[in-house]
Amino acid sequence: MSGTFAFDGRTIDFRPGQSLGAALWSAGEKALRTTRGEGLPRGVFCGIGVCHDCLVVVDGVPDQRACLTPAAPGMVVRTQHGAEAPPRAADPVAGSERDEPVAAQSITTDVVVIGGGPAGMSAAVGACSDGARVVVLDAEARLGGQYWRHGPQGVEPHRHRAEDWRLLHEAFTSAAAIGLLEHRAGHRVWRIEPEPATSATDHGIVVHAVDGGGVMPDGLDERPVTVRATAMVIATGAHDRVLPFPGWDLPGVLSAGGAQALLEEHGVPAGRRVVVAGTGPFLLSLASGLIRAGAEVVGLYEAGDGRGWARRWRTATAVPHVLGEAAQYAAVLARSRVPVRPRHAVVAARGRDRLEAVEVARLTRHGQVVPGSSRWVRCDALATGWGFVPRLDLAQQAGCTLGVSHTVGAAAAVAVVSDAEGRTGVPGVFVAGEVGGVGGSLLAEVTGRLAGAAAAAFARGVPSAPDGADLARRRRLAAFAAAMHAAHPVPSGWAEAVTPATIVCRCEEVDAETLHTAVTELGATDPRTAKLLTRCGMGWCQGRICGEGVARLVGAATGTRPDPTPDSRPVASPVRLASLVDSSDES
Amino acid sequence: MTTTSRPGGFTTPGRAPDVVVVGAGVVGAACALAAARAGLAVTVVDRGAVAGGTSSGGEGNLLVSDKPAGAELALALHSLGHWEDVAAYLEDVTGRPRGGIELEHKGGLMVAARSETMTTLEGIAAGQRALGVEVVRVDGDALREVEPHLAAGLAGGMLYPQDGQLQPMLATATMLAAARRLGAVVRTHAEVTGLVRTGERVHGVVLAGGARIEAGQVVNAAGPWARQVAAMAGVHLPVMPRRGVVLVTQPLPRLVRRKVYAAEYVSNVASDAPGLESSAVVEGTPAGTVLIGASRERVGFDPSMPVAVVRRLAAQAVALFPMLAAARVLRTYRGFRPYSPDHLPMIGADPRAPGLVHASGHEGAGVILAAGTGQLVAEILTGAPPSVELTPVRPERFEGVAG
Repeated sequence: MSGTFAFDGRTIDFRPGQSLGAALWSAGEKALRTTRGEGLPRGVFCGIGVCHDCLVVVDGVPDQRACLTPAAPGMVVRTQHGAEAPPRAADPVAGSERDEPVAAQSITTDVVVIGGGPAGMSAAVGACSDGARVVVLDAEARLGGQYWRHGPQGVEPHRHRAEDWRLLHEAFTSAAAIGLLEHRAGHRVWRIEPEPATSATDHGIVVHAVDGGGVMPDGLDERPVTVRATAMVIATGAHDRVLPFPGWDLPGVLSAGGAQALLEEHGVPAGRRVVVAGTGPFLLSLASGLIRAGAEVVGLYEAGDGRGWARRWRTATAVPHVLGEAAQYAAVLARSRVPVRPRHAVVAARGRDRLEAVEVARLTRHGQVVPGSSRWVRCDALATGWGFVPRLDLAQQAGCTLGVSHTVGAAAAVAVVSDAEGRTGVPGVFVAGEVGGVGGSLLAEVTGRLAGAAAAAFARGVPSAPDGADLARRRRLAAFAAAMHAAHPVPSGWAEAVTPATIVCRCEEVDAETLHTAVTELGATDPRTAKLLTRCGMGWCQGRICGEGVARLVGAATGTRPDPTPDSRPVASPVRLASLVDSSDES
Repeated sequence: MTTTSRPGGFTTPGRAPDVVVVGAGVVGAACALAAARAGLAVTVVDRGAVAGGTSSGGEGNLLVSDKPAGAELALALHSLGHWEDVAAYLEDVTGRPRGGIELEHKGGLMVAARSETMTTLEGIAAGQRALGVEVVRVDGDALREVEPHLAAGLAGGMLYPQDGQLQPMLATATMLAAARRLGAVVRTHAEVTGLVRTGERVHGVVLAGGARIEAGQVVNAAGPWARQVAAMAGVHLPVMPRRGVVLVTQPLPRLVRRKVYAAEYVSNVASDAPGLESSAVVEGTPAGTVLIGASRERVGFDPSMPVAVVRRLAAQAVALFPMLAAARVLRTYRGFRPYSPDHLPMIGADPRAPGLVHASGHEGAGVILAAGTGQLVAEILTGAPPSVELTPVRPERFEGVAG
């Protein structure tokens, strides 16, 4: 569908498949809401539904994530001011035909796969080729996850691994066509729990989800869905690791993954003059895509300096595919004369109500800011990321043990501990892809296949027979990922940029000074206590965005090593009370 | 940023303490502050962080409404007065209005679906009024003038203007910080594994790793774990954990003005049943979230939050406030109330173990009772006459009673 919608009275054009956020960004409308506390403007930041900073009011319904809501002709959209009241149940609301609570739809299957990215799709295909009945629950509207995020036109041929996508997608859809697997898009899982002891023992895993797959993903007509399964593969992927710096809450500042989503799913480059900054090979891919879409990348600032790779050359060359990909990106950047600056970082962003410039500083070999080295670079968009962190909420609910990933080593973020087939310590629970250690799409596919097959074997009560070639691939790719994490650490001096007034928790508008005072005056000794005393991490995103920054800042203030274990979250995705009011499932 | 404190709490060396308080929750903090203000040298120890247990698992209730005339209500009224004093003291110390602990007497509203229930509530209110509680009867349609978003068709309710709320983690941490300014030492992440004893007399604590802190007296403010601390002195204190689950909504405009709850709440609070009981308790907070309770289950220290409990609480809240149906739950949390078999706290010197003073068993009323408990404990520690009759809360009253 293409057409127009209204935003604060202005007519906005959109192209088929575009989200409200993308169409508004494209039209120059980057400020979408004002904050509850200070009334400051905010807009699309994470771009994939995690941060909740792009909330708008759509047809009278507040709290709609603009980045996820598909634009539809005639929608009336407006800026959301702080917290707004949801419409009264008695009020007639467009798009909601429900007046009575509906009973939860209940499904039983052998294997439930959570996530529809490279890992989840591969796990599903792997499990049903071994004869298991499979249900795939994916929060997204389209398959592909973050890596193959795409619009209605599909994954375009110029994208990396487009041919792999075509093959995997074909295998997935043909399995679905003959009823071996059931794909449920737009299903947000909010809770996993073991079956109450009184029920059948052969479907011991209960997954509570809501089907938000209406016109608006966050609309009023979500419906509860419960899936009971014998085995489960958690393939919930990752999101950007972002860290606070002055001005990071200005509209126009995006996570790198958010910029990628705008570009590949919605065809919207992040800006005319874009700065890409942070660390990791993903930045090259993003910058190259932005150039292809006609944006000017005014600088790519990579905190690392390549020494890490030089030391790990042998591991890197064992995966020629990825090296080839990186070489192609580098060639694109060179042709477009993009200044690529290793050992540089963005330390501040400024602008009146949207981004106008970023401050770039040089880093020492040890990742400290070189005093006096900073300068301002004019830009209208900044895409920033420090690699990726796995989405662990559901794995934690399932009782999986977290730790240093056995897959990709100590330099990565904390991940679920599992064996080579994704088997966790919880019977029947398997992990695949980034949840077991961030390692990219190739590793995600391989671990997905292995975990899917192992989950199917578990469901059928037979020993698993892992594919030897996949086990070898997994080892090689994991070694590569470990080298990547070691070569692209968060620079040790990142917190030097944080000033007392820097917002740390975007949702609750908590600044660094408040957080610091919680440690020095109120005796907080750990991130959880700091959160309870300051509200850091208690807002819409539940600390998914600020959690790591808070842990690092609290660690710095207490002089202890930051605890990288994220808070356990008993609600993995916001769920309406109406979806909980359901008598059919009560014990 | 500069670091002005050491990790692990404020472990500055000081003189040998007069008293060791076991537990850095709201009750322990109130005891520590009151004792420090009375001139005692205090050390607080906790195996976890500040306010890491029950104090961060509740809602920060200051309720007189749910307490029928009796000893607990007398304690609550006494304690409310001491909260005023504590807030004024914290304001002086911190320079923030009322110490910045979000203490607010927003009022509580107990609602009844049926008119017969109103008769019962009126009976309870008569007894409460006699002890000085302010109660305003609200009939039928007038309810929605008090709380505009309440469901239609309720018979009426009782409005209790003295009911209030505070932010219990901030209150705990701020009281401990104030105690520290008076020389108190706070040692978090230090687990008490035994008591220093000579015969039956208690005169200190032993920490994991073997370190001893000698002190004239030891205060047991370990909340639901107080039974285990008492056992270290060889005495029985029948405190049991009673789990409660709270749902937290998205930030909303101030739609729920007061603490609003269904009349059955009072009978559930007073009940002894171990199984799940719940009644809607709904309130807005200064942060914009709405908190939804209250379930009560005696399931030991089982940390899970079963979906069945979450569903029940959601259904009851929506029955009371239909507009909440469209609001979203962002998280749930749970806490363990220190349940006492007769629903009265255990406050006082233990004659079975001289030197040991208990301050536990407050169940769901720990926040409202904390300030008063602190005052009473300070009186006990210094030998001053008690400002409230302590007979009903004697810690040894369960001697010979199974539990």
